[in-house]
Amino acid sequence: MSTGKKIWAYRRENGRVGVRNYVAILPVDDISNAACVAVANHIQGTIALPHAYGRLQFGEDLELHFRTMIGTGANPNVAACIVIGIEPHWTQKIVDGIAATGKPVAGFWIEGNGDIATIAAASRKAKEFVHQTSGQVRVECDLEELWIAAKCGESDTTTGLASCPTVGNMYDKLIPAGLYGCFGETSELTGAEHLAAARAATPEVREKFMKTWQAYQDDVIEAHKTSDLSDSQPTKGNIAGGLTTIEEKALGNLEKIGKKVSFIDVLEPAEAPARGAGLYFMDTSSAAAECCTLQAAAGYVLHIFPTGQGNVIGNPIMPVIKVTGNPRTVRLMSEHVDVDVSGIVRREMTIDQAGDALIDMIVRTANGRYTAAEALGHQEFVMTKLYRSA
Amino acid sequence: MTTPHLLVHDRKDNVGVVVVEGLEAGTEMLCVVTHDNSDFRLVARQAVPIGHKVALRDLKAGDTVIKYGQDIGRIVADVGQGEHVHVHNLKTKRW
Repeated sequence: MSTGKKIWAYRRENGRVGVRNYVAILPVDDISNAACVAVANHIQGTIALPHAYGRLQFGEDLELHFRTMIGTGANPNVAACIVIGIEPHWTQKIVDGIAATGKPVAGFWIEGNGDIATIAAASRKAKEFVHQTSGQVRVECDLEELWIAAKCGESDTTTGLASCPTVGNMYDKLIPAGLYGCFGETSELTGAEHLAAARAATPEVREKFMKTWQAYQDDVIEAHKTSDLSDSQPTKGNIAGGLTTIEEKALGNLEKIGKKVSFIDVLEPAEAPARGAGLYFMDTSSAAAECCTLQAAAGYVLHIFPTGQGNVIGNPIMPVIKVTGNPRTVRLMSEHVDVDVSGIVRREMTIDQAGDALIDMIVRTANGRYTAAEALGHQEFVMTKLYRSA
Repeated sequence: MTTPHLLVHDRKDNVGVVVVEGLEAGTEMLCVVTHDNSDFRLVARQAVPIGHKVALRDLKAGDTVIKYGQDIGRIVADVGQGEHVHVHNLKTKRW
């Protein structure tokens, strides 16, 4: 059932709805960053997405690299995309993946051409894309056509009392109306995994979730830990904010999936949801930039980030809306806060009212309002790496 | 309702969260259980920072700490009612 709320957004060739209109300059690999940055410096209205990887990866890790690159270019917030790699084959694979959306995309490679000729050719094409896309007009779309991901960070005890339940309230209202939602943070559900599993829509999804969670415990934590994880999970910031154990952190974290909605599938990192509207769990790191980058690559166009102590994360192509319920963080770091729900801990605001305030901010952000992270220039783009390269 | 000093998620919990800055020892705290909006009073025995936890009753080493109505770890050093519960006296049962 629709909420009846409307937004002004970009309708893409494949029908998806985007809230930003970037011409992205995407490097296939680390050594093509310089060329991409040069093109973006030259042609106004473009954005370079430099990153650290893309050479000598193999197997599942290479598949994840391609999925992240293609997904980022295919994201509906990207109107058109230039791809630059060292050589033509992997470059073309990414171009072809993005082209499946129907959007304008072109690939360039540096071997045999050098940076300067590549930058010249890519700049000429990027300028053409800027002219092609910068005049595109926003059209009226339904609010529930958005795909909205969530992840919390620099959490503290107010996260579980206020900001995460606010996100949960928004999901409870918008997902039944047709929204795609997403939560992740596999490690950070430890201590609440039984409660998360109970929210799986079917026994099959529940089994898939528990398998994913257990694999993280066995393959990552048990394989690599040198002591316990108490120095990283919870983080120093979490502990300063009053959190003590991973269980306590996880229980607060899980508040952001709300009270009513079940998750309908478990996604691989950066995997696009394919079972229709609903809430999805994605297997991700709990590090903010890695998680946001994977969710954007899966096609999510907006992100809600509840924070306690004041995480400042942003993403280059997906606006990140910050929500906090900590009055001290509002006092000390207001420039990073989009939605102040500290009234909840003073009992001046209900969770229901906070959820409505968040929905209002989602509409404004979808319509074009810069988030705090956008205004402050936060563009953290961090690839997830599964293991060492060959 | 006046502004609470301490919020408790669930009636089963044995800790609550300080939600005001500068809480001093000896403060008679207004405590609210968010699940049902019930309230009670408790004296803070120590100065506790915003976001940190206070024991709602005496807790002994080995006791399970309950928050959100769930197990969040075990007490490793005795804590009196109204005192600060943090990483010095509460540890995970996991890693």
